[in-house]
Amino acid sequence: MPTPQALAAGSIAVSRPGPPRWRLPLPGSELAWAIAFVIPYAAVFLAFVVYPVAYGLSLARDPSLYVDLVSDPLYARTVINTLLFVALGVNVKMFLALLVSGFFMRRRWWIRALLVVYILPWALPSVPAFVSFHWMLIGEYGFLDSLLSALFGIEGPIWFNDRWLALGADVVSYIWKWLPFWTLVFLAGRMAIPREIYDAADVDGATGPRRFLHVVYPLLANMYLVCTLLSTLWTIGDFTTVSLVSGGAPARSSEVLATLGIHYAFDVGVPSLGVAAVLSALPVLIPVAAILMRRLQMREVQL
Amino acid sequence: MSVAPAPGQAAPRPRYRLRRALGEAASVALGLVLLIWSLLPVYNMLLIALDPEEGETEFAGLIWPPEPSLESFRVVLVGGYWFIEHFWHKFGNSLYLGLMTMVLTLLIGSLASFALGRTRLSRLRWLASAPLFTYAIPASFLVIPFHRVMHVYGLTDNLWAVIAADVTFAVPYAILIFQQYAKLIPIELDEAARVDGGSLAQVYLRIYLPLMAPALAAVGTFALLYAWSEYIYQYLLLSSERNMTVAVAIAQFFDADEAPWNYMMATAIVYSLPPIAIFYALRRTMTAGLTFGGVGK
Repeated sequence: MPTPQALAAGSIAVSRPGPPRWRLPLPGSELAWAIAFVIPYAAVFLAFVVYPVAYGLSLARDPSLYVDLVSDPLYARTVINTLLFVALGVNVKMFLALLVSGFFMRRRWWIRALLVVYILPWALPSVPAFVSFHWMLIGEYGFLDSLLSALFGIEGPIWFNDRWLALGADVVSYIWKWLPFWTLVFLAGRMAIPREIYDAADVDGATGPRRFLHVVYPLLANMYLVCTLLSTLWTIGDFTTVSLVSGGAPARSSEVLATLGIHYAFDVGVPSLGVAAVLSALPVLIPVAAILMRRLQMREVQL
Repeated sequence: MSVAPAPGQAAPRPRYRLRRALGEAASVALGLVLLIWSLLPVYNMLLIALDPEEGETEFAGLIWPPEPSLESFRVVLVGGYWFIEHFWHKFGNSLYLGLMTMVLTLLIGSLASFALGRTRLSRLRWLASAPLFTYAIPASFLVIPFHRVMHVYGLTDNLWAVIAADVTFAVPYAILIFQQYAKLIPIELDEAARVDGGSLAQVYLRIYLPLMAPALAAVGTFALLYAWSEYIYQYLLLSSERNMTVAVAIAQFFDADEAPWNYMMATAIVYSLPPIAIFYALRRTMTAGLTFGGVGK
């Protein structure tokens, strides 16, 4: 789910020390109330998660769909794009966020002021942000190319005429939108490191890069991993970026699975093929989700 | 790394000072880079929107609007172009979507988190894993079967279909945040109220909800902003003019081959202003959610 703060949610899947097993009978009225309280959520979950998921699975159960998919060169290209989009979009972003969060730890008035501007991409809704990226890069006279020629006299490329440039534009836009969010997450993580640890490291001569490598990184490693996994889940399901920034151009060569699935389902009009396309992400999705859940359960012990 | 000599007092003064100055210069440079990086796409939006005539700036290689004007904003606000006809109606739809999602998320989420966290139902641990399951499903993957299921429910081209989707994805988040926050409220309070003869419903209304106010505010804001900004469900589930939201209107511009881009950008800016205002007004609440989960508390 592409919602920013949900990270916080993720962390809460902590296991509490084993509660006693479910015992019956309960005081009748309490049980009745408690069940009544859960019913709305249970109804939402059944009607809007379980049923669509089951429906989707039943749509895509025909094995010949997957034969169709694999034989489509568009699909193979899309899988490679998706792998690149996720690998770069997640890892570059997380690493930059970790570094930049160190910058924002500095106690200067102008750095604090900068932080207010820096989180603007997170505050901006996705649609305007990505529409702006699209227009910044479009054609020969998009803003970026105009800027390049005005400042450096360089003639910029036509970004959406080349598969790799288009995909690169998608990745950069995606990083732009979500970098502030993850920076704030790591900033919160760094702030939670007790001051004394930094002081002790200082005394031992660990400053700058050495402090980062031997003090900050080990302490944040588990958090970094959990955030990376979570971000991977969200990035695999990201539709808006590619759909609005490159729109799959040129000639559907920069599509990712989420946009291709929707293209099959709504433009081509074959929902079953669309579901099959997105389901083919399951071999990556399931292990990532499983590791994430396990990690989250260990988390409380860690920091 | 232990072989490296410890800097500090042993290091000669001037060198230390030079290093400090270099460090300072580097951080100013990084600050500038971050500033430009953050503002460039925003500036691009203004550049196009401030252009009174379509195509003057954005395709002419200019980096400054030659005759900046608020004309396109005026056109948007009076609904003077056919994609943004009834602009305020669409704006109202977006708002309705956001508010309904907010109210339902808070209601359903707080009820469920109360039952799952503070009654004996909490012993059913598998019940609590339903929200996590939703987390592993990308919204853009679910939308394909979701769209067809909405036909079955008779919610084709209906704002309530989008509200349902938004609530579906926002409630798990709400439950998890609420459960985390509720750990701060001593369970003895509930027990004392029960001993005094209060029913569970009374405990929920009189103790749980009032004490949860900060978490409710944070999650409510999140749900409102989420529903306002969410794109794919609005784009795929709403089709008629009557039910369209601002996000879909922007997408319509986008899908058209020939459209006045300055109007589109002006629409995009007007659409962005309410969430940005809420976001900055409640910045502390928004980031509190991060600190909460960021380090696993």
